[in-house]
Amino acid sequence: MSAVQEPPAPGRTPTPEPVEESRWHGIFREITTGNAIISVLAVVIALAVGAVMIAFTNEDVQESAGYFFSRPTDLLSAVWQAVSGAYSALFQGSIYNFRRDTFADGIRPLTETLTYATPLIAAGLGVALGFRVGLFNIGGRGQMLIAATLGGWVAFALELPAGIHMVAALVAGVAGGALWGGLVGLLKARTGAHEVITTIMLNYIAFYLVSYLLRDGFLKTPGSNNPQSPASKPNSVFFDLLGPGYNLHFGFILVIAATVFTWWLLGRSSLGFKFRAVGENPNAAKVAGISVQRMYVYAMLFSGGLVGLAGINQVIGTTTSGFGAGIDSGIGFDAITVALLGRSKPWGVFAAGILFGAFKAGSFSMQAAEGVPIDIVLVVQSLIVLFIAAPPLVRAIFRLPTPGAPRRKPVPNVTQEVVAK
Amino acid sequence: MKLELRGITKRFGALVANDDINLTVEAGEIHALLGENGAGKSTLMNVLYGLYRAEEGEILLDGVAQHFAGPGDAMAAGIGMVHQHFMLIPVFTVAENVMLGHEETTLGGRLDLAAARVRVKEISDRFGFHVDPDALVENLPVGVQQRVEIIKALSRDAKVLVFDEPTAVLTPQETDELMVIMRQLKDAGTSIVFITHKLREVREVADRITVIRLGKVVGEASPTADNEELATLMVGRAVDLTVDKAPATPGAPALVVSNLTVVDRTGQVLVNDVSFDVKVGEILAIAGVQGNGQTELTEALMGLQPRVLGEISLDGKSLRNRSVRQVLDAGVGFVPEDRTRDGLVGAFTIAENLMLDRSNKLPFVKRFNLQLSYLADFARSKVREFDVRSQGIETPVGRLSGGNQQKVVLARELSRDLRLFIAAQPTRGLDVGSIEFVHERIVATRDAGTPVIVISTELDEVAALADRIMVMYRGRIVGIVPGDTPRSVLGLMMAGANPQEGAAA
Repeated sequence: MSAVQEPPAPGRTPTPEPVEESRWHGIFREITTGNAIISVLAVVIALAVGAVMIAFTNEDVQESAGYFFSRPTDLLSAVWQAVSGAYSALFQGSIYNFRRDTFADGIRPLTETLTYATPLIAAGLGVALGFRVGLFNIGGRGQMLIAATLGGWVAFALELPAGIHMVAALVAGVAGGALWGGLVGLLKARTGAHEVITTIMLNYIAFYLVSYLLRDGFLKTPGSNNPQSPASKPNSVFFDLLGPGYNLHFGFILVIAATVFTWWLLGRSSLGFKFRAVGENPNAAKVAGISVQRMYVYAMLFSGGLVGLAGINQVIGTTTSGFGAGIDSGIGFDAITVALLGRSKPWGVFAAGILFGAFKAGSFSMQAAEGVPIDIVLVVQSLIVLFIAAPPLVRAIFRLPTPGAPRRKPVPNVTQEVVAK
Repeated sequence: MKLELRGITKRFGALVANDDINLTVEAGEIHALLGENGAGKSTLMNVLYGLYRAEEGEILLDGVAQHFAGPGDAMAAGIGMVHQHFMLIPVFTVAENVMLGHEETTLGGRLDLAAARVRVKEISDRFGFHVDPDALVENLPVGVQQRVEIIKALSRDAKVLVFDEPTAVLTPQETDELMVIMRQLKDAGTSIVFITHKLREVREVADRITVIRLGKVVGEASPTADNEELATLMVGRAVDLTVDKAPATPGAPALVVSNLTVVDRTGQVLVNDVSFDVKVGEILAIAGVQGNGQTELTEALMGLQPRVLGEISLDGKSLRNRSVRQVLDAGVGFVPEDRTRDGLVGAFTIAENLMLDRSNKLPFVKRFNLQLSYLADFARSKVREFDVRSQGIETPVGRLSGGNQQKVVLARELSRDLRLFIAAQPTRGLDVGSIEFVHERIVATRDAGTPVIVISTELDEVAALADRIMVMYRGRIVGIVPGDTPRSVLGLMMAGANPQEGAAA
């Protein structure tokens, strides 16, 4: 042992870091698992800003603004017309349409909302589970595509009895997503590769792989030059929940089950306990004998599997007539938003998924009825994320106290001042 | 310069951190501010330094009221602060560090490093600091780094110097040198506020002592007061500073470590060929200044270090190259030195933290399911047994005081069947009352027949607990000596000297 280097002088070895987590880690946790009130308020602000945009883009409003000083009431009523019209169209397109005669027709928008919400919730749960373990899964797109590939192939290529065929396709899809996600976990555990980079790269790999398979591989429809797979066999397809008149299918029930499962996994199981320990403080988890690496792999398997559920839902639930490389339709990324808005809590994600499903369903009728561009809804969605990512901004707007920080003044004082004015 | 704080009150929400505090520091006086952790010493000094705005009260310098909006104002008014964690940039030279923040430039905007160098030299010579302005800070021993901090403050014409727990990172010898420096500064007319909770240092160097408890000034004392008197003022009740402990009755060696070497990723040797044993029913204290391989040694024992040579065996079974899980399952209890980083999950509740290292074992888990009602009962009984003060077992541990956090860690580790108990810096940052409790528990564990290793940088703690003392320096064992070895000998050994006694025991 004498040949080895002289050990460090005592002064050189840095004293242990002051007890403070890295700033990024703290911010990550606050954004992903912060207060539910922030979520609600973020939606409120985003809708308010959205209202401003609706008003600005409305032609009547622009016209009446031209003679604002001679008849200001015109402008105000035009703004009111535009905003209330848009938002009521959004409501009627997503919850209940009062213009229909029967309840069965009137409630259809709600079933559309739930149909749109189904994959968002599933993928949102996957991303949220990752967040709770301290992992940022941006690979929803790739995981959905691989799920669609494997599950879709089972659905269109095999001949199986009813029921069994659906289950086989479902299992293949979830396994595909889990595989694609687990790969990320494995890379992180073995080599320390950061999941943000690997998931993004695996998105590209999945996309071009699927594109190739659709053109020249086993996903190609025989006798067609369209890069689209054959239609799923009727036996493999999710059955309708409310009969053929509605789009809502069995996938929604699966998503409820997935929410319950995720809730149990994170809150009630020993594996979830370890997941959360690793997510909150990997150092302490390691010292307590929890294998952090193994947890990363398991967490990415579950995360990918849940996102895979969203992928297979598209193929044998929503778009059963065959799929292209765009089958994910951005759900993998919307899922991040849904997970953030749901504060990475299973039922929070469920609620957030339904809200975003409603936005999606309602935006079409908003455009049709009021001529409000669909982009406004996308802006509102993006604003929600923006406000969630900047909790201090929301707190400043609503004068909420900063958690954990000393209050500058007792809260009652503030309200008194406001009342006095 | 005479510093006066009058009626300072600082509230954080409902918590009153400083309650009507009056403090006068005469020019050329060393005034010790004594109090337990959380008594409000640091808050008071942050008010003084302009980091917090007090709700009530005023700060006077030489009778003139001051209004500090930030540390810049405080510095300009002549207040300097030597922080516990040095605010130095390791890859900068001493001169560069000293000029940082008020850089002087020559014509054309070039940094006037020469002026800074002269400045450092001048101050260093005046007080005999022996600091080379061109040395890189990262190459300097901790004691010298601290002097750089002092030079930094003095170069900004500080007339009042605040030392915040300055001795926490120093060897006994460096501490003595710091005392000399403080006296020199005092003779040069600088007023010094010396924040500490170490009674011995206070009595050695302070002219006057103000004791703070729970945000209030509870009394003044003269340096002639004895330890018990000061401790009683600090804690608010009579404190027994000595640990009641019967002589050890060591049995057979339980843990045997032979030729253990730990290497880091770059090939640097952190623990160098260390051999020792710990017997059933004894406490082996590992003493040494922070950063001499103690941390890496315990990590190697726990299976937390990947590059380990040599042999570790507990009750005849090898522990080398085992996972942490296997080491824990072999019956090793571990209190890590940094409890908030390695010992606890701050966002988890007390109950959850109590099962942290048993998360896949009956009775806490049955077929993948957490047994929440069992856990609640278990947590309630442990909270009672270890006197954890909280609002209930659902309180996140991050909200507990350091003492109560450490009790949670102890409760978790000591409630397993232990074959070996390792406690690293078990009382770091704890108040006197909690220290008493932790020490009692450690001795009780020994008396129950468990071999115990205590790693500590505090000589008081080592002296109070140890049956044998092993001193480490630069990764090696300087010597293993009996528990009653005099402090002065230990101090020399911690600096690397190998006295004759070191060969004994």
